[in-house]
Amino acid sequence: MSKKSLKSKQSDHTEFSSSVSRIQIIQSYLHRYPWLSSAGVLILAILSFSFFNSNFLTPGNLSLILQQVSIIGALALGQTIIILTGGIDLSCAAISVCCMMIMAKSGMGDPYIENDGLAIWLAFPLGIFIAALAGAFNGFLVTKFRLPPFIVTLGTLNIFIAITILYGSGRSILENEIDPFLLELSNIFKIGEFVVTYGVILMLLMYAFFAYSLRFTSWGRHVYAVGNDPEAARLSGISVDKVLMSAYLVAGLIFGLTSWIMIGRIMVASPNVPSDYNLVAITAVVIGGTSLFGGRGTVFGTLIGACIVGVFQNGLTLAGVDLNFQVLAIGILIIFAVTLDTWVRRVKV
Amino acid sequence: MAKPVLEVKNLIKTYGRVIALDGADLELYPGEVLAIVGDNGAGKSTLIKCITGAEKADSGKIIIDGAEVSFNKVQESRLAGIETVYQSLAVAPSLDVTANIFLGREIRRGGLFGQLSRMMDSSLMKKDAQKYISSLGIETIQNINQAVETLSGGQRQAVAVARAVAFSQKIIILDEPTASLGVRESSQVLNLIKNLQSRGLPVIIISHNMPQVFEVANRIQIQRLGKRAGIVTPKTHDMKDVVAVMTGALKLELKDQTLNSVT
Repeated sequence: MSKKSLKSKQSDHTEFSSSVSRIQIIQSYLHRYPWLSSAGVLILAILSFSFFNSNFLTPGNLSLILQQVSIIGALALGQTIIILTGGIDLSCAAISVCCMMIMAKSGMGDPYIENDGLAIWLAFPLGIFIAALAGAFNGFLVTKFRLPPFIVTLGTLNIFIAITILYGSGRSILENEIDPFLLELSNIFKIGEFVVTYGVILMLLMYAFFAYSLRFTSWGRHVYAVGNDPEAARLSGISVDKVLMSAYLVAGLIFGLTSWIMIGRIMVASPNVPSDYNLVAITAVVIGGTSLFGGRGTVFGTLIGACIVGVFQNGLTLAGVDLNFQVLAIGILIIFAVTLDTWVRRVKV
Repeated sequence: MAKPVLEVKNLIKTYGRVIALDGADLELYPGEVLAIVGDNGAGKSTLIKCITGAEKADSGKIIIDGAEVSFNKVQESRLAGIETVYQSLAVAPSLDVTANIFLGREIRRGGLFGQLSRMMDSSLMKKDAQKYISSLGIETIQNINQAVETLSGGQRQAVAVARAVAFSQKIIILDEPTASLGVRESSQVLNLIKNLQSRGLPVIIISHNMPQVFEVANRIQIQRLGKRAGIVTPKTHDMKDVVAVMTGALKLELKDQTLNSVT
């Protein structure tokens, strides 16, 4: 293109730019980097909490937040992959809890008989396998019967919870009954004054792996394409069902590994692990800038989203605020995030 | 006349009670531009989808270079050298231009590293995408790192056309390629079609736009009610005749190509 026409293009542009254009610039930036707004919220939250409470911004407290985030963050990672395909998984935490009970109980066996259970090198893979199977079951229903993921996982949420309670006889398995290998991720090491658990490390490793896969492999690209428009993806020669199936399967694996982090964090295997983890995971994804309509978002954004949830819960607790205000704040954040996403998706450059 | 590159015989496709194709036929000869025209619901798009494997016909034959084929997936017709620009464009809006051009056939890095890491060769794909776009002579796309949803309708069309042209080995099918384009962009696409013809690549084009059809097509196949109502050439018939046959006002005699009123 000649210099002259380029110049005229630019002057066209300046003709259009008025007071509206600054908002449009923000809009197009958020469009390209959806995690920017989440990062802003996170920084703002950290600043204001540390302003109100001097204990907030201490290495000890930040370490605690990171440990709390490890469960939500890991669940939200699997959730992100599914939401990117245009789906949703309401059963994510139920899969984790189910896996946790299977690993702990099959490893223990009958509590009154010494060394009754499976060896840990069997019990652990068994649990992960069941989690992957549960994810694949969701994927199977979504792809083969063309059921909406919301309905499918609402159903399997109840199924997995019921299976967990029936299998575990509703009984919790205590720390001293659990195989030490399952508690391995509760071990800590120190970086300066920061206390980091191996659970946090596992979560971060999973994030790194899937950030890479989504960004740099054709599988990742197909996940986005399917979430954008399944019909267009099919016509472009992508096996949509295979991509969806792999997404649910991979998410199941992640939820399985999350259960390992979970045991290490709460030091007990209980079927009564708060089931609101399901919704908190979705919250983290949405706050992290991933679109519930699919095809848009990053796992990096989700990590920020999970941190926001963690910071709010921790900060408001430290401030001694009524627990219900935490719920209120998270609720407002969700509405804000979705409104922003809807606005940003209308972008015209 | 030479042997046809593509032959379609007696294709039938129904969706529940709706009969989309009712014994459709088609022949495409080497190096020609065949236009398919027809009213809405005449089965043009369904015919295309059956040829590319996006839909499976209930019965009938599709023959390429003399051999019968049966495509179950779009991937299979692509491997046979057929590229299609669908009416819906089949692009992923949030992905960038490069990603869309290589969608479904991303290039992986070579060597052991590529095998193990499964990493895509982004720089190579970017370079090639730039080449395809500029070879089309459509310069309005300045930045191939732009998400497709930020492009205008015409630019999106250009991306879809560039993708088809870049990878086509045997046949290019264009479903309403100028429907969403402005005057200038339309003429660019038409020039492109003529260009393809000079390269010896046969083209099937579906269009509502009669002047455009008459400008580029060698032969015009008129679809009506799921089957072929006749074939004419721009030399022997005019637009009025084609529209009359299309709507069923006149009937085209297959023997001598004369038009008779429907009795």
